[in-house]
Amino acid sequence: MKEFSILIGGKAGDGIDRAGVVINDLLNTLGYYQYVYREYPSIIRGGHTFSIIRASSDKVYCHRDQVDIVIAMNRETIDAHAGRLRDGGALLYDATEDKAAAPIIADGATIQAIPLQDILAAESAPPITRNSIMIGALARALGLEWTDASAVLTRRLPKSLPQNLAVARRGYDAASPVFMVPNLDRVALPVLTGNEALAMGLLQGGLDSYIAYPMTPTSSILHFLAEVAPLFGLKVVHPESEIGVILMALGASYTGDKVAVGTSGGGFCLMTEGFSFAAMAELPLVVVLGMRPGPSTGLPTYSSQTELGFALNAGQGEFSRLVVAPGDAEESFQWAQIALNMAAKHRVPVILLTDKNGGEGTYSFDVNEPTAIERYEAPPRDWSKVFKIDSYEHDETGLTTEDAAITKAMQDKRLAKTGPIASDLAACEPVKVYGDKEAATAIICWGSNKGVCVEAAAAFGWRVVQPVVLAPFPAAQFAEAMRGARLSIVVENNATGQLKKLLRLHDFTATESVRKYDGRAFSLEELSAALTAVKEASPV
Amino acid sequence: MIGKELDTGAPNTWCPGCGNFSILNAMRAVLAELDHSQPDLSRTVLVAGIGCHAKIADYVNVNSFYSIHGRATPAAEGIKIGDPDLRVICHAGDGDAYGEGLEHLIFAAKRNVDMTMIVHDNRVYGLTTGQYTPTSPLGFRGRSTPAGSIELPLNPLALMLTSGATFVARGYSHGIENLKEIFRAAIAHKGFSFIDVLQVCVTYFNQYEEYTARTYALENHDATDYDLAVKRAREWDYNSAARIPLGIFYEGDAPVFEVNPSEAGRTPDETRDALDKLLASYR
Ligand SMILES: Cc1ncc(C[n+]2csc(CCOP(=O)(O)OP(=O)(O)O)c2C)c(N)n1
Ligand code: SF4
Ligand SMILES: [Mg+2]
Repeated sequence: MKEFSILIGGKAGDGIDRAGVVINDLLNTLGYYQYVYREYPSIIRGGHTFSIIRASSDKVYCHRDQVDIVIAMNRETIDAHAGRLRDGGALLYDATEDKAAAPIIADGATIQAIPLQDILAAESAPPITRNSIMIGALARALGLEWTDASAVLTRRLPKSLPQNLAVARRGYDAASPVFMVPNLDRVALPVLTGNEALAMGLLQGGLDSYIAYPMTPTSSILHFLAEVAPLFGLKVVHPESEIGVILMALGASYTGDKVAVGTSGGGFCLMTEGFSFAAMAELPLVVVLGMRPGPSTGLPTYSSQTELGFALNAGQGEFSRLVVAPGDAEESFQWAQIALNMAAKHRVPVILLTDKNGGEGTYSFDVNEPTAIERYEAPPRDWSKVFKIDSYEHDETGLTTEDAAITKAMQDKRLAKTGPIASDLAACEPVKVYGDKEAATAIICWGSNKGVCVEAAAAFGWRVVQPVVLAPFPAAQFAEAMRGARLSIVVENNATGQLKKLLRLHDFTATESVRKYDGRAFSLEELSAALTAVKEASPV
Repeated sequence: MIGKELDTGAPNTWCPGCGNFSILNAMRAVLAELDHSQPDLSRTVLVAGIGCHAKIADYVNVNSFYSIHGRATPAAEGIKIGDPDLRVICHAGDGDAYGEGLEHLIFAAKRNVDMTMIVHDNRVYGLTTGQYTPTSPLGFRGRSTPAGSIELPLNPLALMLTSGATFVARGYSHGIENLKEIFRAAIAHKGFSFIDVLQVCVTYFNQYEEYTARTYALENHDATDYDLAVKRAREWDYNSAARIPLGIFYEGDAPVFEVNPSEAGRTPDETRDALDKLLASYR
């Protein structure tokens, strides 16, 4: 596997994300698959933000701590990240920044000072074009021909700033090659975020209406769908609150619309009464629940896996629900379709459990991986028959009742949906297994940790078991996936081991845990070190 | 689908003499008239909150969405988003619409959603056995305010006029002909039609004598005059012993909330084509 990583960092508001997209394009023309890890503060201007772009000949789903090139748009980036450079790597930084406080750089890494101020002055270009200079410099550092680089820049940089190309050229000339990135001579894949892939899955599943109140990390689904709605005949509404969101969604669902809503933990707290209502009224509904660290407002722009217990139990009363945690962009695309289908077919509420790392992480995305379930179309609402739904216990016609026999019958009817949902999902690989399927050691993970676990496990020769469906829990498939494993390590981004507890409910006791709950994603090195420690402590 | 057919046969559990009966009867009569209009009755949905008022959803044999407490309004709006051709009539309580779910009411008015909103304003929580609501008068002795409420009531008509409702009216549960007239006009109005119905709760706040003595019909009133409507709406503040005007205070014209999706093809293949085009821009 040929691979390298580039870190670009600066102040929030510096356009680090935009720059990242241009770099993605540049690497795409060379045929590389990519994964981008993003960290940014909950601040619009100022504060430190960075992206790590990992490019590889194989598909990759996580970032490394160590990088090959650091592009520092400010001093803070040097201080925070220059130490990540590997031997032979290079720091590209703004020559105008103070050089005196020499950054700690690995032996053998080089420093290239790019005179951003001078270049801006020479081209009378606005400061916003600083990123273009650095992208030009990067192209040179990667050994690209200027003609290849300029083709991408011409396509991607805003035309309103003709100086962009000129300053990029000066950046290119100011830098020198660090290593030669070979052109893989192939068509790479579109690069997009997990949230975009999930939103595309909703569209492909036949979404009629998307209703949401902005909340990181799912706001980008709202923004994306609002933007592309005209291409798909989609309705997008942003109401007054999450309570408004879920009730409007249920109103639209009542008319036969396929609907989804998106939020994070705090917003879902407000939705829970409506969520339970969806189950009572048997109105199809998909909730995208993007997790971030709590309690309360927590770390809005960081990541966690702390809402598994919440998703499994949210809402008063007992009812059937489907909870799914896709692990990457392709799974998000596929499971969003399955979620809409299952909601419509079984008339149940469904939660797509994602998180900031998976939703706002960027992946090389292959739309052609097959989805196991055909699109389900509910028959259009027949208005010639009176249609009554009710939040009270009700009879089959939708009239309120307190009758004991009907109460029990209706409760049984709602709970009986679990079996058919589980059997439909059996065709969709509800539990995935990777690596050496016979290995004595198994990592168990869920959601966005899949990628880093699969890559780390490969080095140990272990197997990885990923329950994608968390309710109804695919206990038989899970037991099958774990057969013969003697050491089991549950990897999750929470402090209390929520998946581990869920497994125990299904009579499986995992032996070990690796937990991270500082809001950041596991890097490959970090997880590998943690797994090594577990391995050394457990003589299997 | 008229007369008896509009009855579901569900046993009625309102207290004898409850003002909700007049609202039910007036609504049934108006719905029966609607059977031959467009959209016809089969494309009419009654939405209700939770409270004594909301049982109307069980009593009228048309499509209904019996929502949760405080959340009749957003469900009604969602039905219009899902299918703008449906006629939506929303019944809520004063605790429901002015307390638990006030935010939605204001926003539905602000958006001028094309729906009819009928608040059964008995100025008390009926179903939970008599607590004060946002329209109970100062000093109201309810079960949560045994020493008397220490809050002044809000004036829902003034609030709705400020919020953007394009039809604002007040009815009284002891004036069924008047109610029918208002309901008819409200349903015919294109936009957000709001009606506060002074509904007598014989059990927890019997204002029958006060209302009968103090209400009067708005006459020689120009309902197209917004400022005048605001002035008339302020004649009675839901607290004083002033006279209480009934009728249509305001009927105006404003753009209606409509979420019009594009005509883009929606079959799985058409969606996939559009996705492939979109994905090409991500390379
Ligand atoms: C979230 C929630 N809170 C409280 C209740 C209990 N509850 C049911 S009806 C009601 C008040 C009803 O008052 P109002 O809306 O004025 O209706 P009325 O009974 O007077 O017609 C309350 C508080 C509930 N069902 N749901
Ligand atoms: S408690 Fe009041 S509102 Fe409820 S049914 Fe009885 S009289 Fe009517
Ligand atoms: Mg009331």
